[in-house]
Amino acid sequence: MDKWEYSESIESDSIVSIKSKYGHFIDGKFSTPNSKKYLKTVSPSTEEVLASISVGNKNDVDSAVNSAKEGFKIWSKTAPSERAKYLYKLARLIQERSREFAVLESMDGGKPIKESRDFDLPQVAANFFYFAGWADKLDISWGTKEMKPYGVVGQIIPWNFPLLMLAWKVAPALATGNTVVLKPAETTPLTALLFAELCEEVGLPKGVFNLVTGDGTTGSELVNHEGISKIAFTGSTSVGKYIQNAVGERDIGLTLELGGKAANIVYNDAALDQAVEGVVNGIFFNQGHVCCAGSRLLLQEDIHDEFINKLEKRMQTLRVGNPLDKNTDIGAINSKEQLDKITSLVNEGVNDGGELFQIECELPSEGYWYRPSLFTNVQPSYNIAREEIFGPVLTTLTFRTPEEAVDIANNTEYGLSAGVWTEKGSKILWTADRLDAGVIWANTFNKFDPSSPFGGYKESGFGREGGRHGLLSYLKVRS
Amino acid sequence: MSNINGQTLTSPFSWASTIELLDGVKVDEIGVKERVSSLSTRSIKRESKLQALNYVVSMCDLTTLEGEDTEGKVLQMTAKAMRPDPTDDDVPSAAAVCVYPSLVSIAKEMTGDSNVKVASVSSYFPSGQVPLESKLLDTKYAIDEGADEIDIVINRKAFFEGDYRKVFDEIVALKEACKDKHLKTILEVGELRTYENIKKASLISLAAGSDFIKTSTGKIPNGSSKEACLVMSKAVYEFKEITGFSAGIKVAGGIRNAKDAIRYLIIVKEELGEDWLDANYFRFGASSLLDDVLKQIRKLRTNAYQSSYYFPRG
Repeated sequence: MDKWEYSESIESDSIVSIKSKYGHFIDGKFSTPNSKKYLKTVSPSTEEVLASISVGNKNDVDSAVNSAKEGFKIWSKTAPSERAKYLYKLARLIQERSREFAVLESMDGGKPIKESRDFDLPQVAANFFYFAGWADKLDISWGTKEMKPYGVVGQIIPWNFPLLMLAWKVAPALATGNTVVLKPAETTPLTALLFAELCEEVGLPKGVFNLVTGDGTTGSELVNHEGISKIAFTGSTSVGKYIQNAVGERDIGLTLELGGKAANIVYNDAALDQAVEGVVNGIFFNQGHVCCAGSRLLLQEDIHDEFINKLEKRMQTLRVGNPLDKNTDIGAINSKEQLDKITSLVNEGVNDGGELFQIECELPSEGYWYRPSLFTNVQPSYNIAREEIFGPVLTTLTFRTPEEAVDIANNTEYGLSAGVWTEKGSKILWTADRLDAGVIWANTFNKFDPSSPFGGYKESGFGREGGRHGLLSYLKVRS
Repeated sequence: MSNINGQTLTSPFSWASTIELLDGVKVDEIGVKERVSSLSTRSIKRESKLQALNYVVSMCDLTTLEGEDTEGKVLQMTAKAMRPDPTDDDVPSAAAVCVYPSLVSIAKEMTGDSNVKVASVSSYFPSGQVPLESKLLDTKYAIDEGADEIDIVINRKAFFEGDYRKVFDEIVALKEACKDKHLKTILEVGELRTYENIKKASLISLAAGSDFIKTSTGKIPNGSSKEACLVMSKAVYEFKEITGFSAGIKVAGGIRNAKDAIRYLIIVKEELGEDWLDANYFRFGASSLLDDVLKQIRKLRTNAYQSSYYFPRG
């Protein structure tokens, strides 16, 4: 018989209805932008224009902040159990419409439907459920009743997990009594716009959730608006630094979740086949567009060849293609800009002397694509070992002893996450103890739960999202 | 000497080298389960589904292993194996029939020179709780009766007592008794329980000269599992890397529907590759699976999901 190829199995996009043009969501309704400026959001897998979205200017941001101020007057006086009800309602609606959200997320952002359906959406709902549960229990969260919401919170989220990052930010902010002005990424605004429709549907009081779409200029207007009491940002370290400088002279709360260059340490006494799976998941999940991606593979020297051999064989089975095909493992790169950045960093790695392995596969002719890639023969001084590539590119370094592994792992300006692979429990604890990273996974990678605080050390940012600690990002404590 | 598809392995692999193989065995349970659950989301539709279903038919060892088996029952089943769907000539024949030794000759008489092989369980299937001499006798009898393939059980008593050497030696002796006949070694994964045990038992069986490793006798409640199949695939791959010998895998025990069977094929395709999608390298041991697969094939062809009475009894 012929080779067994999986036939196309496309998730239908008929479930989503995308408008040709979107306004901002302010004061409980969609409005036309004051700026009269629009930009196009395209599908990175087809380069097809999906919709025009408004580019918010100073006046748009101003309206949104004023709306949030008005909203705060009501919301901060709303009984906590009532706030919880709205959040539970949103969580349930998200579950009910999760297929629609998942398809939209994959169309707008390029991620495989397998991931938006099985990871993003369940996590989004879980976060709303989790923080809904906290809304009327804040007094027992830290053993004090003296906790106050900030007021109007400005939230700026990235394009890699658009709706999930919205959930990470909006759910705790609303649960704690704040009101929100959210600015989604310019390349992936559609699921946030659909979420705004849900807010309308559940009858969330006007002004509690406001959405201003746009680009960096819109984000900058939001950061610099005097009506904002707190900024929560997830994105690149360079923008994070800009924000920190911009708010330095103001009485304002700030949490930053920035870049990463996580070490995934594989000891020679690990269960290697499962470590290979974990390493693949660690770097190729969501095309490597993951701030906590395990982008530096640290291999004990004596297993280097065996491991690389297994890894390359496994990588070759990854299926790259149409994000809406249910059998796709690796979707499209989010934007042309990001593709160019990945390409240029990889070229630099090759010029530096790194040995590059890329899988053999056909790439679609339209859209932005990058082959899953693996660098060996890399020195810690190469840029590909230091800079966040934010793409499906894994860089391999080697070590001889646990001490050396920890040294190399910590030899980075980042400190968001790390992975440790060994069948020896004591070695997991010894290593984890010495790693400067906010999240450490042992014999697994990329595991998330709304009850677990997430955030970085060093230039990966500060503040925590998720868990009991995540509440503190939206509450002022006094005693 | 093992000999399938022109491959030969100077068997047995020495015990000393086998110990080395076993030494490094480490399997992470959560990782195995995650990989299986991720592969289980593969969506197999249209042409690829039809192709998969035909694979499953061609890989089926149609099985009856009951005290109540008679010549009549075995002939009925063998006829079905040779022509699973008399109304559709595109449906291939099954790979084999699998019976107790006393029923081998009658099955062989019917299969004759056809593609359908006759497999016999032996070595005091399913428990194996007799001395090696009895197992050898059992096996020689089945071969004399004309069996093409022999399914034996590993000595779980010795395995759990830590006597891996005895497990190995018994398989070596039974392989010798099999001569050029195909040897499938049943691990009984539901008794071994842990994935490390399954991996170790796989490697011992392969090193001792098995042509196939097989999940279960089908006589215990937790027979086969996709996780066990994944771990066994890893062992087969590892053994091939070292020796160049490609062994086969047979999954048996509780696989009752087409959807489940296709998930096994996905594991084999993605872990071992296309070469294993062949009855020489992958088999399903089953009794009720075949009918569900035939129904699905007809559904794809005619769009009608038909009742069991449209398909001849096996």
